[in-house]
Amino acid sequence: MLNWIWAALIGLAVLCGAVTGRMPKVASAAVSGASEAVELLLSIGGMMLLWNGLMEVGEKAGLVRIFSKAVYPLLKFLFPDAYRDRKAMDAVSMNMAANFLGLGNAATPLGIRAVGELKRLGGGKAEATRSMSMFILINTASIQFLPTTVAALRAAQGSKSPFEILPAVWLTSILALAVGITAAKLFEKLSGRCGRSRRYRPM
Amino acid sequence: MPCVLVLFLGAGLWKRQPVFDQFLCGAKGGLRVVAQLAPTLVGLLTAVAMFKASGAVDLLTGLLRPALELVGVPAEMTPLLVLRPVTGSGSIAILSNILQNCGPDSMVGRMASVVLASTETTFYTVAVYFGAAGVKKTGYTVPAALCADAAGFLGACFFVRLLFS
Repeated sequence: MLNWIWAALIGLAVLCGAVTGRMPKVASAAVSGASEAVELLLSIGGMMLLWNGLMEVGEKAGLVRIFSKAVYPLLKFLFPDAYRDRKAMDAVSMNMAANFLGLGNAATPLGIRAVGELKRLGGGKAEATRSMSMFILINTASIQFLPTTVAALRAAQGSKSPFEILPAVWLTSILALAVGITAAKLFEKLSGRCGRSRRYRPM
Repeated sequence: MPCVLVLFLGAGLWKRQPVFDQFLCGAKGGLRVVAQLAPTLVGLLTAVAMFKASGAVDLLTGLLRPALELVGVPAEMTPLLVLRPVTGSGSIAILSNILQNCGPDSMVGRMASVVLASTETTFYTVAVYFGAAGVKKTGYTVPAALCADAAGFLGACFFVRLLFS
């Protein structure tokens, strides 16, 4: 899927660039995009190391365990085939906490750690498991309690009450997550059926 | 964040743990992740930069606008729909544009704010998480996440109309 999307982005860019005569711009964007990526990597790299190191300390001190126990019922519901694994659930619950508080910088390294743990749990294969898909859906639905960036933008443009959108944000996030989970379950069933029929088909 | 730092270190010292050694051990793991992330980021951000520079956004916006207006998404928000799953900084730029032109307390301004706060940069998230973990077959994660994004857009327009009319 990512292969197609990536190729489509570049293909569309070159096609549109050729039609609208913006080819030189597209070419220079390719160069600047690549160097932007390395700049971004350097700027998030520090946070990555910092949070991975801190997680290790928090885990060994038993603090993370206390937190992940508190959200245990929720984890059991969301990750039925992974909630028994303590290390994976520690990382998952820390990522959810960081997202919830709007700490985007901390959420990414913690999330990468969580996906790594879930991969280990799935036998280390290069294939997405159910728990991984669920975890990424939770992250893309962006469940936040305080959307600080958006509120700051609204305040900067002179909004009378930057936070008045909060109830709508919560409702929309929950709706998006519910639709995402339903879609995932549906696709899972469909792909399961296709896989089975393919296996039974004589060559 | 400083509170978390003090809490973690305090608890570690209380239990007589070698906190600095543990930190170094964990951070080393982070370094491996950073190295694994580099190819993903370069590939993705290059494609996104080319996409934005080519004017493809305007083209897609023009194509999508009539269909979106039918389901209650205002025309000003169409570029946000095209760019939201692809680039975080790009969609923030569009949001501040909308807030400036239409006002932060207008209907469209509120809708765009809700969209930005309740969706994520889907492709970036999927590529970064799976790329760093070395997962190649993403299965149904991307289509499901895009369904969630679409629901986020429609939901934002619907709930803002419901709560502010």
